[in-house]
Amino acid sequence: MLYRTAGQFKTSYTADQALFPVRQDAVLLGVILLFAYVIFPLTASEFAYQTLLIPILIYALAAMGLNILTGYAGQLSLGTGAFMGVGAYACYKLITIFPWMNPVVAILLSGVFSAGVGVVFGIPSLRIKGFYLAIATLAAQFFLVWLFEKWAWLYNYNASGAIQVPNLEMFGVYVSGPQAGSTTQYYLVLGIVTLMTLLCINLTRGNLGRTWKATRDMDIAAELIGINLMKSKLIAFAVSSYVVGVAGALYVFMWKGAAEPNVFDIPLSFQVLFIAIIGGLGSILGNYLGAILIVGLPVVLNLVPAAVGLSISSATVEHLNVMIVGGLIIFFLIVEPHGLAQLWRLIREKLIIWPFPH
Amino acid sequence: MLYDYLIAPFVDMAAAPDFLLQVLWEGLVSGILYALIALGFVLIFRSSRIFNFAQGIMVVFAALTLVGLHAMGIPAWISVGLTLAVMFVLAVTIERVVLRPLVGQPDIILFMATIGITLFLIGFGEIIFGGENKVMISDELGIPTGDTVLEPFGGLLILQHLDITVVVVATLLVAALLAFLNYTQMGRAIRALGDDHQAALSVGISLQTIWVLVWFIAGIIALVTGIAWGARAGVSFALEVIAYKALPVLMLGGLESITGAIVGGLMIGMLEKLFEIYWGQPFLGGNTETWFAFVLALIVLLFRPQGLFGERIIERV
Repeated sequence: MLYRTAGQFKTSYTADQALFPVRQDAVLLGVILLFAYVIFPLTASEFAYQTLLIPILIYALAAMGLNILTGYAGQLSLGTGAFMGVGAYACYKLITIFPWMNPVVAILLSGVFSAGVGVVFGIPSLRIKGFYLAIATLAAQFFLVWLFEKWAWLYNYNASGAIQVPNLEMFGVYVSGPQAGSTTQYYLVLGIVTLMTLLCINLTRGNLGRTWKATRDMDIAAELIGINLMKSKLIAFAVSSYVVGVAGALYVFMWKGAAEPNVFDIPLSFQVLFIAIIGGLGSILGNYLGAILIVGLPVVLNLVPAAVGLSISSATVEHLNVMIVGGLIIFFLIVEPHGLAQLWRLIREKLIIWPFPH
Repeated sequence: MLYDYLIAPFVDMAAAPDFLLQVLWEGLVSGILYALIALGFVLIFRSSRIFNFAQGIMVVFAALTLVGLHAMGIPAWISVGLTLAVMFVLAVTIERVVLRPLVGQPDIILFMATIGITLFLIGFGEIIFGGENKVMISDELGIPTGDTVLEPFGGLLILQHLDITVVVVATLLVAALLAFLNYTQMGRAIRALGDDHQAALSVGISLQTIWVLVWFIAGIIALVTGIAWGARAGVSFALEVIAYKALPVLMLGGLESITGAIVGGLMIGMLEKLFEIYWGQPFLGGNTETWFAFVLALIVLLFRPQGLFGERIIERV
C-alpha cells in the first residue's frame, strides 16, 4: 500500500532511468535530507555531533569507498585504514605547504593522492585474486602505517610524531582546528558526503558500474565480452581510494583534530569493512545503515549500564562492548548475510502489498 | 651509494659469519612459530574454505587460559590439560553457533564471522583474565632457561635453551600432525574433505565432526604457540600481531599447502630478520619486520599467483 507504484507512468526512457523512478523513494529521501540538513542541526547537542552525527557520516563515506572496490568490483581489500591515512596526511601536507588553500579544496585534492597510492597497490589485483589479494592489500596497510611513522617529512618533523590540525578559516568562519564549531563542521562533512554519495550512485549505475559488476561476477567472462579488466580494476581502485582518502581527510580535519600513525592501523580497516559488510556489499544505502549500527552501537551500550542503574567500571564496559559487537556481527551475518540493505529491500517488498496478505 | 645498499650488507655478512648465524638462528625460531600458526590456518582452510582470522586470538586466549588457571592454584600440567579441554569446548561452540548456520555462504561472510569471533574472544578474555601483561609459567612447565654458547668461526653464537626447546617441540608437533594427516583415518578424512567437499560427504565423512576436529587441532597449535611465544615475550593481547605474520607465510606457501606453510614460515622468519638487521636498521629506520614479509610475499605472488606450493588455479567460464 505504502509503496504501491500503480499510477506512476513513465512516458520516456529518461524518466524510467531517473535516480528515483518510484515517487515514494524520493519522498523518503527528502524527509531524510530534511532531518539531516535542518532538524538535526537544530536539536543536536555537542555530544551528539561528536559521537554520532559526524562519525557516522565519515565512516559511511569510508565504507562507501570500500564498497565500490569490494562490493561492486569484487576486489577484497583490508587496507582501507592506511588509504584513509594517505588522505589525511596528504591533506595535512597540502595545508602546510599552501596555507592559503581553501580547506574544502585541500580535502577534495587529498583524495587524489590516495587514489594514486591505491592504484599502485591495486596493480597486484591484475594477477592475484580472492584471499591472496586480501593479504596483498595488508602489505599496503602495514607498509603505509610504517611509513607514516618513519617518514618525518609527513608530519613536519614535529616531536610528537602526530599531525595536529591547525585552525583553518573559510569565508571568515573557522572550519577546522580547536576553534571550529561542531555545527559548521557537521554541515561541511554533510555537504561533502552528500556530493560523494551522488557521485558514487551515478558511477555505480552507469557504464562503469556495469563493468565493475561484470568483473566481480566473473572476470574471465567479463574479459571475453570485451571488458578491459586492467582498466576496470584499476579504475575501481582509484575511485575507491579517492573516496576513502577524502573520508580519511575528513576523519582527521573535521572530527578527530589530531592523529597518530597508529590511528590508521588495522582495526580501522576492519571497522570500515564491518560497516560495508553488515550494511550490505554492493549497496550505497547499506553503508549508512551499517555506519549507524557500528558507530551507534557502542555509544548506546555505554549509556545502558548508567541508565539501568548498574555500576560497572568503564574498562569492563569497554570490554563488554567489544564482546557484544563481536557477537552481534556474527548474529547479523547469520540472520542476514546480505546485510541491512537487503533487509530494507525485503521491508520495501512487504510494504507494497501491506496491509493485505496478497 | 648503490654499493652501500647492494653490496656492503653482504660484505658485513661475510665478515662476521658468527653474527650472521645468530641472526639466522633467531629468524629460524620465529619462523618455526609462524609456520605453526600458518599450519592452523591451512588445516582450517583446506577442510572448510574458511579463512580463519581468529587463529591469532586463539593463541592469546589459550595462553591466557593456561596462565589464568595456574594462577587459581591448579598445578601446571593439569592446567595444560584443562586448557586443552577449554579449546575443545571452544571448537565445538564455534562449529555449532557460528559455522553451522553459515554453511554455504560466500567466503567473505565466513571470513567476517571469524573476525566477529576474534572481537568476541578479545572482549571475553579481557573481562575474565584482565588486559595486563602476564608472565608465562615456563618454570612450572619445565621449560629450560639457560643458554649454550657455541664458537663457530672463532666467534660467538648464543643459543637460548628456551629457543632450542621451542624448535624441538614445534618440529615434533609438525611431525605428529603430518603423521596424523597421512596415516590415520581421521587425518585422511580431513584431506579428503580438502580435496573435494561433495565427494567426501558422499562417502560418509561427517562435515561437522571434521570441522570440530580441525578447529580443535588449531586450538592445540594455538596453545603450543602461545606457550612458546608467551615464554619469550610475555602473555598479552599484543601476541595477536604474530598471527598477522602467518598471513604472508600463507601467501608465500599457498593457502592449501602444508609443506608451503612450513617452508614459507621458515623462509619468512629468516629473511625478515636478515632484512631488518642488514638493511632495515641501517637504512630505513628499523621496525621493518611489520611489513617486509608482506611485501616479499606480494612480489613472489606477482610471479606465482597461487603461492609457491598452492594448488594451480584453473579457471573456467
